[in-house]
Amino acid sequence: MMQIECPWCGKRDEEEFTCAGQSHIQRPQNPRQNSDSEWASYLFERSNPKGVHLERWRHTFGCRQWFNLARHTVSHEILAVYPMGAAVPEHISTAGDGAVEEVVA
Amino acid sequence: MEKYSLLQLAKHALSGHRHWPPAWRSPEPKQSYDVVIIGAGGHGLASAYYLAKKHGISNVAVLEKGWLGGGNTGRNTTVVRSNYFYPQSTHFFEHSLKLYESLSRELNYNVMLSQGGVLTLGHSRHDMEILERWSNSLQLQGVDAEMMTTEQIRRHTPLLDTSRAARYPIWGGFIQHRGGVARHDAVAWAYARGADDRGVDIIQNCQVTGIRTSAGRVQGVETGRGYIRADKVAIAVAGHSSTVAAMAGLKLPIVSQSLQAVVSEPVKPCLNGVVLSGLVHAYVSQSDRGEILIGGGTDRYPSYGQRGNLPLVEETLAATLNLFPRFSRLKLMRQWAGTVDISPDSSPIIGKTPVAGLYISGGWGTGGFKAIPAGGETLAHTIASDRPHPLIEAFGLQRFVDGALIDEGAAAGVAH
Repeated sequence: MMQIECPWCGKRDEEEFTCAGQSHIQRPQNPRQNSDSEWASYLFERSNPKGVHLERWRHTFGCRQWFNLARHTVSHEILAVYPMGAAVPEHISTAGDGAVEEVVA
Repeated sequence: MEKYSLLQLAKHALSGHRHWPPAWRSPEPKQSYDVVIIGAGGHGLASAYYLAKKHGISNVAVLEKGWLGGGNTGRNTTVVRSNYFYPQSTHFFEHSLKLYESLSRELNYNVMLSQGGVLTLGHSRHDMEILERWSNSLQLQGVDAEMMTTEQIRRHTPLLDTSRAARYPIWGGFIQHRGGVARHDAVAWAYARGADDRGVDIIQNCQVTGIRTSAGRVQGVETGRGYIRADKVAIAVAGHSSTVAAMAGLKLPIVSQSLQAVVSEPVKPCLNGVVLSGLVHAYVSQSDRGEILIGGGTDRYPSYGQRGNLPLVEETLAATLNLFPRFSRLKLMRQWAGTVDISPDSSPIIGKTPVAGLYISGGWGTGGFKAIPAGGETLAHTIASDRPHPLIEAFGLQRFVDGALIDEGAAAGVAH
């Protein structure tokens, strides 16, 4: 069971939250000028790292506010909680994306 | 390969069963192969088997970072069925089920296929309308499906709470009689034995750490046991599809999540086939050893941790006990999780990739086990001819660009 630190309500059990997947996905500026494959990439392709994942969460059964998490997808350790729209905190490295490093949970 | 038969069994009994030969070799990797398959799960092994058997390509290595069949092939709930919705899926999965029906003979290995039926429950008028539509679609495609009334369900599965006072009242359902379960380990072992017999090298404890490409064409793979050259490489690694594809610079429309299951202590036979309910997210069967096997939905966030979380177990068990109140005193023996690779439309991603000579069989999500024979056969065809097999043409990566998604969320979502 994860416990997540909601920026507004404090630490709560994971059951109160909903994960909405990868964060920081930018909608293309001029969709009409995109090729189909660029559009498909925006819609469907995901980083899906075995490592630190930046993701959107919502405190659905609490304050209903959205926020970002940096969370390790093997250990589930939460490395940072930061507001929507904010940049990734500096101490977070997602360099492990796609690498095969074995992480012991 | 020594053929398994009653005669052999009797012969070996005379020497106390001490001289059975190993079912497959454990060779050292060679420096180069015609085809390297990453992942010795059901799909990887089946692909190697059909490459050797149907296409005469036996200079093949299957590389496995752990042990053979130790990933999702050994972690699923062993359900086989073909009751999907869209023709593309139904044709493929029906072909797979047919291959399952003759698999024990084909591979000279008892995969313990038990076609006790897969019963899908409806809990409201709207559920029933959807099930009617679903089973009609199947019948039109020549797949067996039969609607059942509450009374028929009560006789078929007396342990279900079919009373009107039930928390989730059962309005009816539909059954695919040819659906059921098979022994997952046996499927992996049988394909491994068959492939090995035809000259395929199965190399366990050999993790792939990189895929070498040059000018958009695959050259070989870096492994923990050295570089292996190969003209063709196939990725069949289930939950790790994204991380392995990233080694070749590919980004996939995949998210990996945990899918859990639990088994109870063994009890006497009391349940036929598989019973599932999409509404409450639970499905239940009884193994040949008597354990009640219970599965549910995936954990609701990305994860590579093969553990699973407790809230989902609680939710699934609560749902199961509402369907089967008599199971409330069963003790659970084990809980486990696999990492499943979910695609946006809950359909597999199988076929060629933008890198020449690199193939993928992934995105099987929560339902890859039932697809093993057809997945292996069609991937082998695709590798051998460098053209997608007709059964999987619709399941290539290109469908996301074309917008030709095959949305099987309803059929694949809970009914693994």
